[in-house]
Amino acid sequence: MRSTSNLLVPAITLLSGLFCVAALAQMPTYKVGKPLSDEENRSWATGIGPEGKELPPGSATAKEGKELWMRRCAKCHGVDAKSSMAGSIRPPTPDNNPVLGGEKGLIQSTKYATTIWDIINRAMPLGEEAGSLKAEEVYGATAYLLYLQGIIKENDIMDAKSLPKVQMPHANDDMSPYKRRF
Amino acid sequence: MNSKGRGRRRFIKEGATLAGLAVGALRTASGQSAGSETPSEAQTPGFTDTRAYGERSRFETLSRWPIVPKVVTPATPLYLIFTPRTPLQDLKGIITPNPLHYYIDAAAPYPLPDIDPRQYRLAIHGMVDRPLTLTLEELQRLPSVSRICWLECTGNSGARVRNFVEFRDTAGKAHGATSCAEWTGVLLSLLLKECGVQKGASWIYAEGGERARRAKSFQLEKAMDDVIVAYAQNGEGVRPENGYPVRLVVPGWAGHNSVKWLRRIQVVDRPYMAKDDLGFRVGPDGKWSGEREFDPKSLITFPSGGQRLSGPGLYEISGLAWTGAGLIRRVEVTTDGGRTWKDAQLQEPVLSKAHTRFRLPWNWDGEECVIESRCTDEAGRTQMLLSEVRKTWGDNPDSWKSSESPGERFSATQPWKITRDGSVRQAAFGPDMSPPPAPGTRAASPLNLSPGWKDPSCLS
Repeated sequence: MRSTSNLLVPAITLLSGLFCVAALAQMPTYKVGKPLSDEENRSWATGIGPEGKELPPGSATAKEGKELWMRRCAKCHGVDAKSSMAGSIRPPTPDNNPVLGGEKGLIQSTKYATTIWDIINRAMPLGEEAGSLKAEEVYGATAYLLYLQGIIKENDIMDAKSLPKVQMPHANDDMSPYKRRF
Repeated sequence: MNSKGRGRRRFIKEGATLAGLAVGALRTASGQSAGSETPSEAQTPGFTDTRAYGERSRFETLSRWPIVPKVVTPATPLYLIFTPRTPLQDLKGIITPNPLHYYIDAAAPYPLPDIDPRQYRLAIHGMVDRPLTLTLEELQRLPSVSRICWLECTGNSGARVRNFVEFRDTAGKAHGATSCAEWTGVLLSLLLKECGVQKGASWIYAEGGERARRAKSFQLEKAMDDVIVAYAQNGEGVRPENGYPVRLVVPGWAGHNSVKWLRRIQVVDRPYMAKDDLGFRVGPDGKWSGEREFDPKSLITFPSGGQRLSGPGLYEISGLAWTGAGLIRRVEVTTDGGRTWKDAQLQEPVLSKAHTRFRLPWNWDGEECVIESRCTDEAGRTQMLLSEVRKTWGDNPDSWKSSESPGERFSATQPWKITRDGSVRQAAFGPDMSPPPAPGTRAASPLNLSPGWKDPSCLS
């Protein structure tokens, strides 16, 4: 009897060790939910990661983006993406906390240009029409913002391949204004 | 008809108006009108006040601040529509009632999402073996957990976002972007295990289902710890402004991790650099900085700014303390401006990552004094003293508004000054700080405002 129980102990230890290792990959217990196909798995991934894998086809230059900007973006963000949002339904942004332009603005502090594309795509124009811009319009608005900050040139083509490669000025900067002090 | 009958009929009529019913319908309430009567109307004809979803006494008037105006124009200040805050100075205990829970509405003044729970779907996908979507009903069939814990805005009390510098006169205005509720739902770890997380995955990318689809990345390690996919807030459905029908609750961490109107969880191998991930950087060791827990924080809610003591005598100093590390171990209170400190009593049970109420009986002698609280948590960390912070940024509120100042969530101690007439004032910027401006006058330290930006003091 004692010899049997001695064998059981190391066997149980070995099994529980295996369970720990495989804990994250265990078989489903509750069997709820509707499985997604690989295609659906990808189509739910509407956010743009820094590698830009999810960027759709389309392209635009800052020059093309400027036209869109004046038509749809300037009324809230100003023609230079720095000034107040007068005229929009949202009130103006204080001068020392610019949303977009300027040294401490969003465009200067973000590590990846893909974040800018992602924000414009999902949330702009603010309100009921959010997410309604076409891919080439988003590329255009992104390109125009990057051009205004001197990060790309007016005729540089921004597309799924070139956008992730854009070198943002404060990408490795530890003194980002978004650095949090708790 | 005698006066008694007339009075009763008037009461019923007024009651009917309050309940939104026509008096005509009321007269036929005894079984004749079709469909519109509730059971208690049928049982007790003439009794209009069903209290099916209770109301508070008409003498209770607590509200969030600011109150979002119905009509917003370009002249409406941003602060009025962005973060309605909890009136911490008026609440008791540790639970924030649902109607007073703070919230952030990044797309204000556009309407909040109106998600039909029957159409709701949550997707868990990305680097998992079995990606799937769940209905709300399926979520509610799974083993559930409940936890009382706080949520706090990533910018609460922050000087740069102005709620500490400009709207500093009450506890709620300055620090009210934090609330504590009982959240019930499914552990995210259960859902992730159900789907089978793949090797190499290390981050979670959560996305909301509102129009603007706000998203956030945080570490998989935290997702496998105590994150809850919550569908109930203090016993009932999550409120629309707090993320109905399903939201994430990430205990102990910054509020922007607790994604509202949760639409999907994507398992990934790196931060996805959503708008609120901008602070992430790769350190010298090649690892991402990521999110971390909030530091210990406390404040006295009574007596606090804007309140008034009626005279010398016994009062109960009371307040809240909380920390991302878990339990609050100790709260000390000073009533002499920091010279001496006394331990306050903690309300039991002290709950991990929940607001902790502290109390200290105190005899006010009627003299001017400064009171302040300071807490210590289970990790041994003590709350940052404001006097230490002032050594860096000085006593002038203007210097706090620079973009180098602690713009995000600020956890330093909160001193209140009690003057001899019993009124309580903000004392954050030194003992000689002047009282808040009277309504209609310009603030003492003018903001550097864009044209069209309305002076907040005009609206107090």
